[in-house]
Amino acid sequence: MTNAWLSGTIIAFLAGSVGFFVVLRGSAFAAHAIPNGAFAGAAGANLVGVNPLVGLVVFALGAAFGISSLSRRTRSDVATALALVMMLALGAAFLATSSAYEPAVNALLFGEILGVSSNELLPVALLAVVSAVGLAVLYRPLLLSSISSDLAVARGVNVRLIDVSFLIVVALSSALAVPVVGALLTFSLMIGPPAAARIVTSRPPRALALSVGFSMLTLWAAVASSYWTNLPIGFFVGTLSAAVYLAAKVWSRAQSRRLRRALA
Amino acid sequence: MHVLLEPGLFSNDTVRTALVLGALVSIVSGVVGVFTVLRGQSFAGHALTDVATAGGAGASLAALSPLAGFIGGGVIGAGAMDAIGVQRVKDRDVATGVVLGAATGLSALFLYLITLQTTTTGSTQSILFGSVFTVEPSTLPDVLVLTALVLVGLAVIRRPLLMSSISPELAAARGVRLRAVGIVFMVMLAVAVGLSAIVIGSILSTALLIGPPASALRVSTRLSRALLIACAMGVAATWLGIVFAYDSYYWFGSGRGLPVSFFVVVDVLAEFVLVSLVARRRRRLLAPFGRGARPDHVGWI
Repeated sequence: MTNAWLSGTIIAFLAGSVGFFVVLRGSAFAAHAIPNGAFAGAAGANLVGVNPLVGLVVFALGAAFGISSLSRRTRSDVATALALVMMLALGAAFLATSSAYEPAVNALLFGEILGVSSNELLPVALLAVVSAVGLAVLYRPLLLSSISSDLAVARGVNVRLIDVSFLIVVALSSALAVPVVGALLTFSLMIGPPAAARIVTSRPPRALALSVGFSMLTLWAAVASSYWTNLPIGFFVGTLSAAVYLAAKVWSRAQSRRLRRALA
Repeated sequence: MHVLLEPGLFSNDTVRTALVLGALVSIVSGVVGVFTVLRGQSFAGHALTDVATAGGAGASLAALSPLAGFIGGGVIGAGAMDAIGVQRVKDRDVATGVVLGAATGLSALFLYLITLQTTTTGSTQSILFGSVFTVEPSTLPDVLVLTALVLVGLAVIRRPLLMSSISPELAAARGVRLRAVGIVFMVMLAVAVGLSAIVIGSILSTALLIGPPASALRVSTRLSRALLIACAMGVAATWLGIVFAYDSYYWFGSGRGLPVSFFVVVDVLAEFVLVSLVARRRRRLLAPFGRGARPDHVGWI
């Protein structure tokens, strides 16, 4: 369980900070597609017998590059959809040709609180540090290009480079999160808590901190509930992330109603 | 011919059902998909598939009709996305993501409970990824009726839908009720993807909804032509995929083939790449004559 808490905390920290930009940039679809690429990678790694973490990272990066190169030919939501179905189809083909153990496949899709073993903790932590440093380096140009891409271009920011770098950070964080949270639910941690934080405050640094906080609370609650009930962690991550968002929405409605009443 | 068409392909009932249902679903996806791509709602189109799958899993847990589960789930999901807010583009992204996350969480729960109930293996994957070879021929009448409903519905709202997809400002100025048109379209999208998710699985549902229409829109200068090309490409990809998947049982000599979804997706992507190359070549050839520009679709209104 110590492993579960440690890896969970690392994952939630990354998902909360990456997710802040995912919501700001409106790239929820890419955040949904890339973990599915990681899923295909884990299935492929199982087929050829290499370390699953290698498969997760390589295929998540493959999905990120696939999205960004297809985006040059067509609108980005179409590019994301095409990259997504390619990755899922590859995953289905890998599963069909290998004799994957079904519970292992379900764990990969819907998460497993003990998904990171103690000898994987070090590589996971290292990759997390790489992603966090990458995000810190990108912070200012990324924030600028997310808010106004025209303004970023005028300031001499290479918007295309920022786009690709951001997708790489999403890919690395997804590769870490998939074994624990599951390929299908990783993105929900990058959407619900950060979107809730953005509703509560509009100041970027504060929203970023709040996003990390919400994301950690969500994941800790999910790990604990999954541990007690024996139900898949993905169920708790998905529904709790949505619940955090709805709670923030209700709170902000109540706030504005109170404000209106005070002014009236 | 023997290399492409293994013996017994067309005398096989499963294959025949797959070819007919696959074609029907490709046509609905092609038509609905052209509007989905034009409106920039690929994410919603994909998300509704997964939401429909959650509905299907829930229905199978409650011993209800799976088709009702898939369609009902999709329609409820579309309603939830609209309630959270799909008007502004960035809100739409978050609304779709939140609904998709919650629905996938429920899927995780339902599928886990299903695996506790049954002893058959592979149920999770067959619900999630689906296969056109496992469809019951008895669903054909239902699929036909729903297909007809969606196509007729789209034909009825095609003018305001097209206008609001290409230029919302113009449509609003002409008195089109954007929100109402948007909701009606989302419901039809939900029915269409629910249908294709149950027939061919969620991977192919998205592949056929987005791939062929995106290819068709790259080369078509007229709506009717875009619709025709999208349907033809979808049916071609599906049929080729089914043939390859059937053949692949013989490729490895182990009696274990590759999934249909893999082949159909490869076909869809190959079509997209081919069309992109053709479109680029044509633009280059026609550019000196002032023609061959990328179709902008504004002239369609």
